[in-house]
Amino acid sequence: MKIGVCVKVVPDTDTRIKIGGDGASIEENGIKWIVSPYDAFAVEEGVQTKEAQSGEVVLFSVGPKAWQTQLRAGGLAVGADKAVIVDDPAMGGADGLGVAKALSAAAKAEGVEVLFAGKQAIDDDNVQVPAMIAELLNWPLVSFVSDLNIDGQSFTATRNVGGGTQEVVTGSLPAVFTADRGLNSPRYAKLPAIMKAKKKPVDVKALADIGLSDADVAAAVQVKSLSLPVERAAGRMLEGDVDAMVNELARLLREEAKVI
Amino acid sequence: MSGILVIAEHEGGVFKKTAAELIGKAAALAGSLGVEVSAAVLGDAPAAELGAFGATKVYQVAGDFSSYDTGMVVSGLDAALKASGASTVLAAASFLGKDAVPRLVARTNGGQASECTDLVATDGSVVGHRPQYAGKVMAEVAISRSPAFFTVRPNSFGQPAATGGTAEVVAVNAELSPSGLTLVERKTPETEAVDLTEAERIVSGGRSLKSQENFDSVIRPLAEAFGATAGASRAAVDAGYAPHGDQVGQTGKTVNPQLYVAMGISGAIQHLAGMRTSKVIVAVNTDADAPIFEHATYGLVADLFEVAPKLQAAIESLD
Ligand SMILES: Cc1cc2nc3c(=O)[nH]c(=O)nc-3n(C[C@H](O)[C@H](O)[C@H](O)COP(=O)(O)OP(=O)(O)OC[C@H]3O[C@@H](n4cnc5c(N)ncnc54)[C@H](O)[C@@H]3O)c2cc1C
Ligand SMILES: Nc1ncnc2c1ncn2[C@@H]1O[C@H](COP(=O)(O)O)[C@@H](O)[C@H]1O
Repeated sequence: MKIGVCVKVVPDTDTRIKIGGDGASIEENGIKWIVSPYDAFAVEEGVQTKEAQSGEVVLFSVGPKAWQTQLRAGGLAVGADKAVIVDDPAMGGADGLGVAKALSAAAKAEGVEVLFAGKQAIDDDNVQVPAMIAELLNWPLVSFVSDLNIDGQSFTATRNVGGGTQEVVTGSLPAVFTADRGLNSPRYAKLPAIMKAKKKPVDVKALADIGLSDADVAAAVQVKSLSLPVERAAGRMLEGDVDAMVNELARLLREEAKVI
Repeated sequence: MSGILVIAEHEGGVFKKTAAELIGKAAALAGSLGVEVSAAVLGDAPAAELGAFGATKVYQVAGDFSSYDTGMVVSGLDAALKASGASTVLAAASFLGKDAVPRLVARTNGGQASECTDLVATDGSVVGHRPQYAGKVMAEVAISRSPAFFTVRPNSFGQPAATGGTAEVVAVNAELSPSGLTLVERKTPETEAVDLTEAERIVSGGRSLKSQENFDSVIRPLAEAFGATAGASRAAVDAGYAPHGDQVGQTGKTVNPQLYVAMGISGAIQHLAGMRTSKVIVAVNTDADAPIFEHATYGLVADLFEVAPKLQAAIESLD
């Protein structure tokens, strides 16, 4: 089975984000880049599926070819077989739909039969690309999956539908699954695997290679500006013994903040 | 720009709070843009009532939507959108907003700004303000191609007063194409509490609770006294004091309540990512240097085990 996994490379969660000179993008110097945490769950699920079913795991990224460093460390070294990076100047200002078009075209070109993605990339926090891919491929979508069992062409998945409610659904491949926390525990790369990953293929493709034109991926969404969130005014530290603080807190919540 | 369509979600015929919240906001935006507000409703619900918040028309799609199916929802909403002729669509960042809306965006070749916390009418169209990088920056996002979709975090605007009349209901007959998935089981949590992502008040506990028993006997009753939903830090979840579903933060839930009470939580950046937009933050921590205090509206340097029962009693004694 050809198993696809969408992987985005993002700033590490501890990174302090600075706004770039254009006021609409972030300053990329000095950032430590990692595989987006939910995508690590997607990679692990892809590899486990390969182990259970046999097949090949192909990673798909839309981004600079420099991402291959993270794709090797966080993908090829933990069991994926190959990576495809769509790197094209026209993707520079792309929006979620543009990225989804490129990823779905690349996945189609590879003949992928099942696709895993993270539920959300932790940089733009869009939660949109995988659902768009499912639509473009006309495949069923199973979002926010916390348990999955694939048996041949059939699957049983548990999805988190909000409010702590979970639904167990069945269906058949092909399908797009988005990984939520709890789906699995991503493995760590072992040294020999890290060495082997250096030799695994990384194909860098332009839009034309996957049959898309610049116009196909033209962005509808524009980030006009970025700003640092307004830091709330310095809070008030309550004083006195515990009884005094608690009584003052109850009073402030009612009279000043008016939230109870 | 033509009209604004609000996707009005309901559960078994009862509109979710986000329906009124978004229609109220749409009405305010529409006023300054000089356009009309309509709503889309899937299945049986008292659609005309939405007029009270400012919807002039409601496009009601006939069909059985009692159990959620992505394919049916997308085709139903697509038909309502076409019937309305709207160029801007507002939806809650709910499961539907995350699962079905992006599919609809792809189907209509539109654009989407997700999880907005504010919407502003600028130069004749709607601009969304949304957190990125886990809330470390705010982006101002415009959409140049129609339809323009904005999903909005629940509680971003509050509930509008019901002032208008009834809306005209337009029946929409759509060909509903199911997704091919079969629902075999639905597991709902036992608690009656409001979902964290929609809660107006949240009381959260961290690693400092030390055990599930303490979490259950200290945090949950305090949450109940506040009429709040209980939440937890990842450290508390990883230690097994609270279930995954309770986790607030970058790899947990993003919440947006009026009141967030952090009991023995240090305020790591990944925790802040999930709750920093809370209107009022109360922090209780024994360490006066804990980072959470930099974000707290009210801070108490104290032992949570001493504070919790007293605070619970103080809240319960309010009338
Ligand atoms: C990729 C990634 C994703 C993450 N995602 C999340 C996420 O979604 N959510 C999340 O919460 N974390 C997340 N984390 C973890 C995060 O970095 C912190 O480790 C975590 O939030 C700490 O939880 P805590 O505040 O309960 O524990 P600690 O940081 O250990 O803090 C405990 C606090 O309790 C105080 N305390 C101790 N005893 C008492 C007492 N008796 N009374 C009052 N105060 C007391 C201490 O002073 C301390 O400040 C993530 C980390 C990474 C790397
Ligand atoms: N540029 C990209 N390259 C590869 N995968 C992506 C890209 N953008 C988004 N994805 C995938 O889609 C998921 C959700 O991303 P988003 O919709 O941006 O929150 C991510 O976790 C990835 O699996």
